[in-house]
Amino acid sequence: MNQLIEFKIDGKECMGQKGQSIVDAAKDNHIYIPTLCNIPGIKPRGACRICSVRVNGRLMTACTSPIAEGMDIESKTPDIENLRKAIIELLFTEGNHFCPSCERSGNCELQALGYRYQMLVPRFKFQFTQRTVEASHPKLIKDHNRCILCKRCIRAIKDEKGRSLFAFGKRGHHVQINIDTKLSKNMTDNEAKEATEICPVGAILLKKGDGFCDPIGKRKYDHYAIGSEIETLEK
Amino acid sequence: MSKTIIATTSLAGCFGCHMSLLDIDEKILDLIELVEFNKSPINDIKEFTKMCDIGLIEGGCCNDENVHILKDFRAHCKILVSVGECAIMGGLPALRNNIPLQECLEEAYLNGPSVMGNNENAVIPNDEELPVILNKVYPCHEVVRIDYYLPGCPPRAELIWEALLALVTGDPLKLPYEVVKFD
Repeated sequence: MNQLIEFKIDGKECMGQKGQSIVDAAKDNHIYIPTLCNIPGIKPRGACRICSVRVNGRLMTACTSPIAEGMDIESKTPDIENLRKAIIELLFTEGNHFCPSCERSGNCELQALGYRYQMLVPRFKFQFTQRTVEASHPKLIKDHNRCILCKRCIRAIKDEKGRSLFAFGKRGHHVQINIDTKLSKNMTDNEAKEATEICPVGAILLKKGDGFCDPIGKRKYDHYAIGSEIETLEK
Repeated sequence: MSKTIIATTSLAGCFGCHMSLLDIDEKILDLIELVEFNKSPINDIKEFTKMCDIGLIEGGCCNDENVHILKDFRAHCKILVSVGECAIMGGLPALRNNIPLQECLEEAYLNGPSVMGNNENAVIPNDEELPVILNKVYPCHEVVRIDYYLPGCPPRAELIWEALLALVTGDPLKLPYEVVKFD
């Protein structure tokens, strides 16, 4: 049975169902907690830490933490917002994110968070990390320059037996996304498209995709900030 | 009150940011009431003739001439603004940052498809008059202190206009969602 739980986010009284994550419960109460590695319907991973909130003086990831009765959650405080912005800036400086030359620009969730937090310049030094672009797969291109290692593709793209088509390869800061060539051999066009759409950035692309098909002004995040669809209902 | 003096330059850029400045359209008439241009490709003044208030920098640093000009701007401008992605993070020229410089030069002058057969003596330009290419393209703030940043490729004309207006009048800069873009 659904058990209702009362909790607070930044002082606002909220209601949620037992077992819901803080991110989902906040969404139901029209409060946006930014996420990047989280995908609705897939077991959360807590990889990117963008959704960090403070409960009882401790930081925790709102996508993996369930709500509890009487929980007092801090989300939109200056220090947490600054922490989130710092994570976005780290991601922008750690990889090679050349937005002007990326076909995902305007529809990219990392970029959208950069817009939402009005990142004018990252506080960290650009690393210009040595990364490669792989186009050996018959349908997909992997641009490791843009990959933020969120594991969304690994967690979401599976075959009928539940085996992941993607996996992490290598170790430490050499980690990169690999495609299982055997499992993905018979990948349909739709499945390939799904893989590109599950990627929050432009790291997985269709080899024969439409490229820059959406003109500037008609892309997902051109006019409205990411999360604003949740907040517009806020009263 | 004397007019605010502005200088502009394009380092490793494409002049797109300057074009975006011109995209303020008829507001350029208002701008010219507020400011006076010193060293800038817009009026073709080649050297600084006085201290300036605001320096707008387009493009990152890809060669030693860029570094020299950027330091000259820092010395002559009270406020320096990185305008556009190239000035802020190297931009498209910085796509070469992961490729060894020698390989880039060989591709450009010896092996590129448009070169084949047109460089019989296999010369990579090395005249001492030419600026020396740096090992990679550097964001401006890694070379000198930069005071403000206007992202975009190019930054929207409204953003450049609003930023100049804020700097000239001292009013806080308005940053609506739609003007902060990285492309």
